[in-house]
Order: sequence, then C-alpha cells, then structure tokens
Amino acid sequence: MMEQAIATYREEAGELLAELETSLLDLEETPDDNDLINRVFRAMHTIKGSGAMFGFDEIAGFTHEVETVFDMVRNGKMTVTKPLLDLTLKSRDHIFYLLNIPTGEEVDRSEGDEIIAGLRQLVPKSDLPQKGSSDVPAIDLPNLSGDDLANECTWRIRFRPIPSILMCGTNPISLINELRELGTAHVVAQFEDIPTLDELVPENCHIYWDIILTTTRGEDAIKDVFIFVEDDCELKIELIDSSGLIDREQGYKKLGDILVERGDLSPVEMQKVLMLQKRFGELLVEQGIVSPEKVQSALIEQQHVKSVRKERSEAPPQEAAASIRVPAERLDQLINLVGEMVTVQAHLSQVSMAGGDSTFIAISEEVERLTNELRDTALNIRMLPIGSTFSKFKRLVRDLSNELGKEIEMETFGAETELDKTVIEKLNDPLVHIIRNSIDHGIEMPETRRAAGKPSTGIVYLGAEHSGDSVLITIRDNGAGLDRDAIRAKAIERGLLSATAEVSDREIYAQIFAPGFSTAAKVTSVSGRGVGMDVVKRGIEGLRGSISVDSVRGTGTTITLKIPLTLAIIDSLLVKIGKDHFVLPLAAIEECVELTREDIKNSHGRNLANVRGAIIPYIPLRQHFCIKDARPEIEQIVIADIHGTKVGFVVDHVVGEHQTVIKSLGKMYRDVKGVSGATILGDGTVALILDMGVLLQSIEQLEHSEV
Amino acid sequence: MSVAGITETVQYLTFKLDEEIFALDVAKVREILEITNITKVPQTPDFMRGVINLRGSVVPVIDMRLKFGMSETEQTVNTCIIVVEINMDGDTTVLGALADSVQEVVEMEPESIEAAPHIGTKLNTDFIRGMGKVDSRFVMILDIDKVFSQDELIDLTQG
Repeated sequence: MMEQAIATYREEAGELLAELETSLLDLEETPDDNDLINRVFRAMHTIKGSGAMFGFDEIAGFTHEVETVFDMVRNGKMTVTKPLLDLTLKSRDHIFYLLNIPTGEEVDRSEGDEIIAGLRQLVPKSDLPQKGSSDVPAIDLPNLSGDDLANECTWRIRFRPIPSILMCGTNPISLINELRELGTAHVVAQFEDIPTLDELVPENCHIYWDIILTTTRGEDAIKDVFIFVEDDCELKIELIDSSGLIDREQGYKKLGDILVERGDLSPVEMQKVLMLQKRFGELLVEQGIVSPEKVQSALIEQQHVKSVRKERSEAPPQEAAASIRVPAERLDQLINLVGEMVTVQAHLSQVSMAGGDSTFIAISEEVERLTNELRDTALNIRMLPIGSTFSKFKRLVRDLSNELGKEIEMETFGAETELDKTVIEKLNDPLVHIIRNSIDHGIEMPETRRAAGKPSTGIVYLGAEHSGDSVLITIRDNGAGLDRDAIRAKAIERGLLSATAEVSDREIYAQIFAPGFSTAAKVTSVSGRGVGMDVVKRGIEGLRGSISVDSVRGTGTTITLKIPLTLAIIDSLLVKIGKDHFVLPLAAIEECVELTREDIKNSHGRNLANVRGAIIPYIPLRQHFCIKDARPEIEQIVIADIHGTKVGFVVDHVVGEHQTVIKSLGKMYRDVKGVSGATILGDGTVALILDMGVLLQSIEQLEHSEV
Repeated sequence: MSVAGITETVQYLTFKLDEEIFALDVAKVREILEITNITKVPQTPDFMRGVINLRGSVVPVIDMRLKFGMSETEQTVNTCIIVVEINMDGDTTVLGALADSVQEVVEMEPESIEAAPHIGTKLNTDFIRGMGKVDSRFVMILDIDKVFSQDELIDLTQG
C-alpha cells in the first residue's frame, strides 16, 4: 500500500515539477505576474508537504529552502531576477534527481547545498538570519492566520469608522469595495447610530458596516485594506469558518449564538427571549434589545456561511470524479481489444452481407456503429495535449542559448492540440534534434544578426495544428536559413545527387536527413556530426509521418512534421489486385476513376490519365508488384494527393472503405519500400497497407535511374 | 565424436524438404500449422513467401526449400508451416518455415551427432549444427537462428 502511495507521489511530483518548470519559464517573460509566482509557490509547497508525508525527507528539506525564498518573492520582499530563476530551475532538476534515486542509495548533497547557498546569497541581508539557521526545517502546518493558500476562510469584520473619517478624505465605500475584491463578501450597513435630524452633522459618518468575507487570502490581506484608516476606525476581524476547521455538524451557529458571540446580545438576554418561543429574530427586534439591522446582519452571516459550506461539501467529490489515473498498459490492452473487435466486426459485416438476411444485416450494422464509437472513444482516451512536452523544449532553448551565447526565445502555439500518447513520447527525440539544429546552425550570434539588420534575439517557433487525420508540427526559426549550394555540393560529393540533375529545392533540402550528412565545418558539443537529422527521419518514419523542409537563405528555416493522429487504427480504402487485397490510407485519397483499355490505348503507352481535363500520372501497381494474372477490362485509378501532387494508383477493383487495424510486418520486412504494415481482413487473410508517398518516391527513383 | 555446443540429450523435430530429413531443436518450435493463405509482400526475394495471420498477429513465412537452393515448395496435403521462435539481433521473433512434411520428434544423444563435413552437403555449413543419425538415415540438424539471421535476410533483400 505504502509503495503504491510512494509511486503515486513520484508521479504527481513529476507532474508538479513539469508545471513548476513551465511557470518558471513563463515567469522569465513576465516577472511581475503574481499568479505565476503563486503557482510556483504552490507547486513547491505541495511537493514539500507530500514529500514529508511519504518519507522523502531530503526533498522536503531541500524544497523548504527554495520555498522560503519564493515566499519572500510572494510577499514582495524580493523581485524575480534571472539568477533567481536560474537557481530555481536548477533546484527543480535537483528535486527531480532526489525523486528518482533508488531508496537506500547515498544522496549526493553537494549540488543541493550549492543551490541553497546560491539562493541565500540572493536573499536581502536583513531577512537572512532566521532563515539561515534552520538546517533540518520543520514542516509548517497550515496555520489559521491564513498563510496557507489553499485554505479558504470566512471572516467576520466589523468596520466602524470614527464620525470625522469623511473629513480626512477617506471614502469607506472604496475600502469595502477593496474587501469585495478579496473574495465573496456580504455587506450590511448599520444605521442605529444615525442621530435625529436636528443633531445630525451632515459631514460626519454615522454608519458602520458588518462584512462577512470568504477569501483564500489571510488576515493580513484584510488588515492591509484598512492600513491607512487603522487609527480612524474601530476594526474587529474574527475568523468564523475555515476549511481547516471542518465542522462536521451540518448547520452553522444559531442566530442567538452569533449575536452573543459578537457581543450584541448577552447570554442572559438570549435566554430570556428564547423562553418566549416566537421567531427569534423578530422577537429580538420587538423587544428592542437588538436593532433590526443587526439581526439582518447576523442572518446574512448565517446564510453566507451555510452556502460556503454547502459549496465546499459539494465541490470535492465532483473534482475527484473528473479524472482517474490508469496505468498505460491497461489502456494499451483496451486498444488491442478494440482492434480485435474491429477485425471481428469486419468479418461479421461480410458474413451478414453474404447471407442477405435483413434482420441479421440490421444487427450487424448496429454492431458496426457501436464498434466505431467504441474505437473512437478508446483512441480518444490516449489523446493528450502536446503542450505538456513544449515546456521541456523551452527549457532546452533557454539552456542551449545560454551555453552558446546566443539570444533566443521560443514561442509556441497550438499547445492544446491532442495527439496519441505514444506518438507524443516518440516525437520527443526528433524534436530535440531539430530544435538543437535550429539553435546551433540556424540562429546566428547576436552580432551577426545585428549586422544583417535583424533583431539580435532569434526566435524559434514550435507549434502544432490539426490537418485532416494528421497533426502538423512546425518548427520555424528566423535564423540564417539553409545553404542550398553547400548542401548540393556536399550531396554531389557524397554521391547522393548527380552533378547534372535538375533538382528542386525541396529535394536538396531533403538531403540533410541522409545519415552522416553535415555541412558543418566543425563539430560542436551541440550538433554537427550529421547524426541528428538521420535520427529525426527514422523517428518520424517510424510514426508513419513525413517531414518537409523549407528555407529561405537569410530569413530562416521551417521544418514541418506531418504525424498521423494515432498509430493503432486508421480509415482506409480496401482495393484488390488479382487475388490480393491492399489497403490505402484514406486521408490522402481524393477520388477513384475508371481506366479502360481504350484509355490506355489513347495514351500511347504513357502512364498518364486525363481526368476532367487534368493530366494525372498513374502507377500501375500490378506491374510494379509483379502480379502475374490477367488484367481486367476496366481498371480503377485511385487518385491521391501526395505532398501537393496528384498521383493515380491503378488497381483492379475498389472494394470499399475499411477500418484498418495496423499490424507491424516485423523486422524481416522492415526494408520493403512502399509497404508500411499489414492488417487482417474479415475473412482472416492478411492485406498489406501501402505507403503511397514512399511508393511514389521509389518509383521516381526507379524511372530516373532508367533514364 | 561429438560437436561443440551440443552436450545434452535434446529432443528434435524432424521434417522433410524434398527427400532429405532435417531436424530442429524442439525448444525452438512453437507450433505446427497447416498451410493457409499466404499474402506475398511485393518486391521481396522468392524465398520470403509472405505473411500469414496467426490468431491476430502477422507472421512472416519463409520457404526453406528455396532458401537451401532447392525448387519451390509445391503444396500438398502434407505441406505445413513450422512456427519457430528465433533470435534476431537479441530480440525473439516469430517466423513460419514452410516444410514439405513433418516427421516426428526424436531424442538424439550428443555422442551420436557429428560435425557436418565441410564439403558434400551442398549447403552453407554455417546453417548446420551437426549431422545426426536416425534409423540409419542422416539427419541434418539446423541452427535455425543462423538460417534466419538478419544478415542473411538483408543480403538477399538487396541481392
């Protein structure tokens, strides 16, 4: 049980650290943002608190030190500076290290001590002594003075200004409005002191106020509101309810108790009135013991606290149900089962159609609908917003640009774009390599940039957006751009391109993904060995994605990764050539047209089709795959849009749409060009999934080498 | 005389390719299937016959006759697929091997297994762990990991 709790703590602390990192990086941009400072503080507070609970004393102790410093920032005693952020980021790393050392292993404290020493130096001298002495800090409990942020308290405030307060230029209304800003407030004005008209001095204030305030800010915040009128008023602040003081009894105090507690009614008087057994509030007024306003004020207090308590008791269960933690394997299992379900459902549809029994067909269609829904829901569970990885890259940019002495900022967009969890994980390495490259080779040194008339700070954009059933991830920098001629020369030197070939820019830029390809004169610690982009290409192809590079010399480079939303199940078109079935991903397919013998004769042996006036080249898959049996009279061309060009794929027969559960072909077939996987059809046979992009490429290469 | 590496009495599955008898360590064999529909993967060498559906997973099938330089396996009632688990680059991979017929499971003592002669087998001797004798017939014991080693497959893919 304990071990499970510790594992959960590790997981949660990991998430909090990620949040901490994001907040710190954001804080760098907007150092005055109180929300961010509070978020940093909260994250550390939680890490510390639960750390101590689960026996991570090292973490609790260390985090306490950092938290202390941030507490001062929060209270305005320190400002957010770059050295502070540097050290806090380092602290984050150190906490991460502490979190992941196996139990029983010796802890390396030198790093932590160094950070703490650094942090203490940043603390203004006057605040140093009492903080410095505590080596093993006690974990402070949430105290009732309202230090704990999560602690929502309700306060009863009586604000009775001296009559001459208006003469001093103070407006009591603005003070009350300030209070309202702290939280939920109910204000009741008390008029009993207003004298009769002949005694009334219009310039005096005869009213006083009772305020019931529910706020997460502490008593100090309330006092701060009245800081300038402290001497000109009678101020009473009492804590009447807090989440720390959870009263198990349902209702709030009785009206009489409230009045007694406030000193507006003596216990004896209360007893006396209670004997009369009418409605208590009315009775009090009737008897002239308490003014109607006072009773009203007490009633409001009663209602206010009741509603606050009600909200509190209702809110938590809702939150608890909002999300549950599930191990990733269980999800994978679910996806596998859904995959098998889809296959069986395909079989069911096939059999039902063949049988022709209408009831049976209806049932099978119902099952199909449910299966599709089940599939979508199951796949959706694994979707995560990609933004979770973005902050990691912000950190990378920050650290690397410091190391290289460049001024670089990172801007992100589309952080909410959702992608399959495994895809996000696998995207990590390729993105690291691309961003490293942008920083090292793309963005120039500040002097160079200024000389070229660009702002000295370079920007790396990282963004994600949906496009059909894929996600486009764009990494753009406003650096030097790719050197087209250098890449071409290098590619020719290495025999990747022929010296005479007419090649497009896109093809030249594609060379940077060849293994060992580098135009860098020297290898730096960051990049230049020519390994990175090869890793990128393999990684992205492993995700069935594609990469395109666009670059303008002097203004920057854009690398776009196109990644399928999910790896498990895709919509596709099932086609037949001879006896074999093939599957084409539906996303790129635009239309299907017929290809007759007549058409073939008219095109004089060239593989070009005339589709409504447009010339579309096609690939006869039958020849390409060396399928021997006879060609049918009428064939079908499946026209697809591949990287902006329209290409037809000739097949014998289009069977129809198909839900394809992707299965790997395994190691033996990993080098086969144009086949990206296999799927199992309803009747149990295996159909191959064709990768139209790669197919087109290999055919282009084949034709070029023939010419 | 025994062969290095074979020190224990092991059970072997014997099967026929053409008229010759081969043997495999039983521990490597997962199951034996009747021949089913094999889907050819285009642009692969002939000995890689394609892939089959083995209860939901896709398993490659290899024609051992073609691999050993014999003529292509002709389908008969006895033709079967021996599903083996092999070691490829340190990972376990499941493969189907096409055989003309499966014979029996026999036990062979290390003493009765001899090293394969370097000439006369017409086979790459790397593939053979040794020659055993069953009922006065020679049986070639295959080193199945080597037969399907990654290098071998890649070489042929490119060749």
